[in-house]
Amino acid sequence: MLLIECPWCGPRDEQEFGYGGEAHIVRPADPHALDDAAWGEYLFMRTNRKGAHRERWVHSEGCRRWFNVVRDTVSHEILAVYRVGEAPPAAGRRGE
Amino acid sequence: MARYSIFSLLRNAARYHRDWPAAWRSPDPRAAYDVVVVGGGGHGLATAYYLAKEHGITNVAVLEKGWLGGGNTGRNTTIIRSNYLWDESAHLYEHSLRLYEGLSQELNYNIMLSQRGVMNLAHNLHDLRELSRRVNANRLNGIDSEILTPEQIKAMVPILDVSPGARYPVLGASLQRRGGVARHDAVAWGFARGADARGVDIIQNCEVTGIRVSDGRVEGVETSRGYIRAGKVAVVVAGHASVLAEMAGFRLPVESHPLQALVSEPVKPIHPNVVMSNAVHVYVSQSDKGELVIGAGIDAYTSYAQRGSLPVVEHQMGALLELFPVFSRLRMLRQWGGIVDVCPDASPIIGKTPVRNLYFNCGWGTGGFKATPGSGWVFAHTVARDEPHALNAAFSLERFTTGALVDEHGAAAVAH
Ligand SMILES: Cc1cc2nc3c(=O)[nH]c(=O)nc-3n(C[C@H](O)[C@H](O)[C@H](O)COP(=O)(O)OP(=O)(O)OC[C@H]3O[C@@H](n4cnc5c(N)ncnc54)[C@H](O)[C@@H]3O)c2cc1C
Ligand SMILES: [Zn+2]
Repeated sequence: MLLIECPWCGPRDEQEFGYGGEAHIVRPADPHALDDAAWGEYLFMRTNRKGAHRERWVHSEGCRRWFNVVRDTVSHEILAVYRVGEAPPAAGRRGE
Repeated sequence: MARYSIFSLLRNAARYHRDWPAAWRSPDPRAAYDVVVVGGGGHGLATAYYLAKEHGITNVAVLEKGWLGGGNTGRNTTIIRSNYLWDESAHLYEHSLRLYEGLSQELNYNIMLSQRGVMNLAHNLHDLRELSRRVNANRLNGIDSEILTPEQIKAMVPILDVSPGARYPVLGASLQRRGGVARHDAVAWGFARGADARGVDIIQNCEVTGIRVSDGRVEGVETSRGYIRAGKVAVVVAGHASVLAEMAGFRLPVESHPLQALVSEPVKPIHPNVVMSNAVHVYVSQSDKGELVIGAGIDAYTSYAQRGSLPVVEHQMGALLELFPVFSRLRMLRQWGGIVDVCPDASPIIGKTPVRNLYFNCGWGTGGFKATPGSGWVFAHTVARDEPHALNAAFSLERFTTGALVDEHGAAAVAH
């Protein structure tokens, strides 16, 4: 089981959280300008990294806020936690 | 290939089983092949087998980073059925089930196919309507499928709690009588032996670490045992599909998640068929050894670790006991996880890629064991002819651009 450090509530166990998938997927600024390939890329294509993966979690059974985590998808080690809008910390750049 | 029969069994028994020949060779990799198949799971081995058998392409290597069937093939709960909703999927999975029905004879290898019936439970009115819709769609596609009442369910599986006060009331079920289970290792080994007999080189402990592409065309693969040139490269690596795609410079709509299963201590025959409940994420059958084989839902987060987390197991055991109170004192012997390649529409990707002569077969997620022979059969066709067969044309990577998804969440759900 993962022990996840919520930036607002501190360390809590995995069951209090919801998983939001890959982080930093930016909603297209001008949706009308997108062709089908760009839509497909935005909606469906994923990095699915083996190693340091940046992802979103929500503290559903706590403060109910979203935040970002860098987690190693092989060891499950949590390398960093940072707030939405912040740049990923250096630890999260491993494996880029 | 030494044929297996009652006579070879007797002959070898008389020699205390010391002289059985190896089921396949273990050659060193050659410098070049017409086709290199990456991934020695059931799908990769079936691909190599049908390349040789159906298309006469025998200068083929299967490269496996670990041991044959050590991925999801050897970790799954072995449920086989073809009751998918849409025509495209129904045809593909039914093709596979038909191949399964003749596979032990064809391969001269007992895959222990047991068509004991697969039941999908409905716990509310919506479930029941969905199941009825699917049963009707199946019948239009010529796939055996029927709806059972709670009384009929109780008569078939007396240990299932169908009382009105149950935590998960059972309002009905669909049943595919031709569905069932098979021995997963045997499927991999049978295809391996059949492919080897036709000249395919099966190379274990050989990890592909890079894919060489020049001018948009694949040239070969870097491996832990050196560079291997290849006319065509067919990648069938399940949970590692995204990793291989990255080597070739493109991305896939796939995410890798742990999926767990458990077996209990063995008990006398008590559970006659396969019972699945999509709503509570439990599916259970009883093996020939007497163990209950129980599958769970996927872990929410992505992972490559081949293990899942305990909350998922706890949830699954809770649901199991609500459905089968009789199992309450049964002890679980083993628990494990595999890494499944989940696609947004719960359907596989089988076809060409942005790189010429490079083909991918992935996205089977939580339910590809049932498709093993059919997947290999259509993929071999795709690789040999450089174009998909009618059965897998809809399962292209382009569907994520055109939007022509094949949404099978209802039939695949998390269960199988
Ligand atoms: C717990 C669990 C229960 C399941 N239950 C069912 C079920 O009841 N019914 C059903 O139909 N399906 C089920 N499935 C799904 C099913 O197991 C898979 O869809 C299917 O086995 C996939 O087969 P495969 O040959 O594509 O993949 P795998 O068997 O995973 O084979 C892929 C192979 O590729 C190898 N590989 C990876 N990377 C490399 C590399 N770089 N170089 C060389 N080799 C590499 C791996 O080592 C692996 O052996 C279940 C899965 C799990 C995990
Ligand atoms: Zn919080």
